[in-house]
Amino acid sequence: MSAPHVLAASENEHRTISIVLFAVFVAITLYITIRASRQTRTAADYYAGGRSFSPLQNGLAIGGDYMSAASFLGIAGMFALSGYDGFLYSIGFLVAWLVALLLVAEMLRNSGRFTMADVLAFRMRQRPVRAAAGISTIVVSIFYLLAQMVGAGALVSLLLGTSSEAAKVWTIVLVGALMIFYVTVGGMKGTTWVQIVKAVLLMSGALVMTVWVLAKYGFNPSDLLGAAADRSGKGAAFLEPGLKYGATDAWSKLDLLSLGLALVLGTAGLPHILIRFYTVPDARAARASVNWAIGIIGVFYLMTLVIGFGAAALVGGKAIAAQDKGGNTAAPQLAEHLGGGAGTTGGAVFLAVIAAVAFATILAVVAGLTLASSSSFAHDIFASVLRRGTSTERDEVRVARLSALVIGAVAIVLSIFARGLNVAFLVALAFAVAASANLPTLLFSLFWRRFNTSGAVAGIYGGLVAAVGLVLLSPICWGGASDTLPKGNPDALFSADTVAPFPLQNPGLISIPVGFLCAYLGTVLSRARTDERFAELEVRALTGKGAH
Amino acid sequence: MTTDSPGTPPAPDQAAFLSLAESPEFARLRAAFRRFVLPMTAAFLVWYLLYVVLSAYARGFMGTKVVGNINVALVFGLLQFVSTFLIAWSYERYARRRLEPLAAAVGATEDAS
Repeated sequence: MSAPHVLAASENEHRTISIVLFAVFVAITLYITIRASRQTRTAADYYAGGRSFSPLQNGLAIGGDYMSAASFLGIAGMFALSGYDGFLYSIGFLVAWLVALLLVAEMLRNSGRFTMADVLAFRMRQRPVRAAAGISTIVVSIFYLLAQMVGAGALVSLLLGTSSEAAKVWTIVLVGALMIFYVTVGGMKGTTWVQIVKAVLLMSGALVMTVWVLAKYGFNPSDLLGAAADRSGKGAAFLEPGLKYGATDAWSKLDLLSLGLALVLGTAGLPHILIRFYTVPDARAARASVNWAIGIIGVFYLMTLVIGFGAAALVGGKAIAAQDKGGNTAAPQLAEHLGGGAGTTGGAVFLAVIAAVAFATILAVVAGLTLASSSSFAHDIFASVLRRGTSTERDEVRVARLSALVIGAVAIVLSIFARGLNVAFLVALAFAVAASANLPTLLFSLFWRRFNTSGAVAGIYGGLVAAVGLVLLSPICWGGASDTLPKGNPDALFSADTVAPFPLQNPGLISIPVGFLCAYLGTVLSRARTDERFAELEVRALTGKGAH
Repeated sequence: MTTDSPGTPPAPDQAAFLSLAESPEFARLRAAFRRFVLPMTAAFLVWYLLYVVLSAYARGFMGTKVVGNINVALVFGLLQFVSTFLIAWSYERYARRRLEPLAAAVGATEDAS
């Protein structure tokens, strides 16, 4: 395999600075984690950070949990290469927070304790619903985790300019080992602080780049857009929707709708996001922390717009695509340009800073995902399904730590095997599963009196099977071209020639309605009613009485 | 039922919850909550889906220049940010002015007695 000569000119200078900066970040987060471990005694400390974080702290941590490397490097790259279409992603990611704010955050905080399943199972028979919710939590988190970790392996070769497979493998192992340490030692407190530090670093780095880019165009956005469109070689089309999504055929337009639906409905069903609402003292603080998160995430996505178009205007699409055809190096390349260009000290330093921030970003997200899945395994599957509620809190926390270790190890091994595959679709799939399996059950639990156990179980498994099954039948797995699918996919996971039975890459358009329908049918086909428990849940959820 | 944070008052038992659920104070809280969040959710979802549908099917319209290089698509996208911020702000205001006092009133007379 030939070396890609990534960012070759300032490779050696910036590599050392990058590694030193990243090591400083790791040292700080390890120190914080060890401190947090001393204050972690009870189950509420381990799972929910003692419920003692302030709204601003939790808002930052939510941002740190949510703004993945995919949304920093990926969306900036999408703007840089495909122009406007990056906006469709970032807007979906932002508007989704209104679902969390209006329908979920406060009610979840008031009526649950540690996991998403606490609320889903509140009115229901515990074991079947917790088993289903635990499985879907772990599936969503593992998908998301794999995308992040494989991405980390790819990033190291892009940012540090090495093409060796050993470097990728060791990066995945390092990221995995750090996340296991944060979660097993620091629990929710340690993880939250890692996310807060990361959010501050990421926002600061993005802010400096944004102001710098805007200053180059006299703070006139129209000039920036014009320069980006000119340099892209695509003219006005660069500023319009459609370059990436479906310039031609009807299926890709439907695919865009399907993606948009999964993005906007998925966030409020992501378990690693939902458990963040438990880390504040009460529902008012949960609401305030979502408001902070909306502000932080919204400003961040506006900045990625400037960074992406800035990269297109200043670095140019050709130079970016030459480094990485996915555009993931757009932001670091822009940093190098702003710092003075390739071969200059300023360029090397700023590139190194942004590369280190990107790695910090990955660490905070994977830690949140590992915590969510191990918490759900211990609290839902071990304590409730296997031990039927007879285990002590100490046992539960010990199992949570152990399962973080196991899940982390499994994720490391899977990521090493998957490192050559294009797994970016797994993020969109995680959102689709969250929207199809978790959200219908969550909303029906909180808003529909008639809802019952069989409805909850049918909704979770139905949405999960529909979302995953459709992706297994989709062009992501089967790459053949046909009359309806004129664009073949040579990178398809199973076969490059066989035509996909299901034409959309994003399953949400079908699987989300299937999830709601299964939850509805499961309910009405059973005579069970949970009216009294619903009345109790409603009072708890809306008034906060009896909240943990 | 155990509570895990210090200072939390003990949870009422289920019978107490059921009587609260049937109280007129709770009915007012529930109605005020649903009156805001359900129509607002429908509104922002329609507004967002309109944006996605126009991006997919009305590309000519979305590409119309408004001023300089700024086109309808960009303005529409930025308006999604504005509407998100405004809805979050107005819900916070509504929750503080209407929902929190209504929630505090639920069961307040019983506590006093």
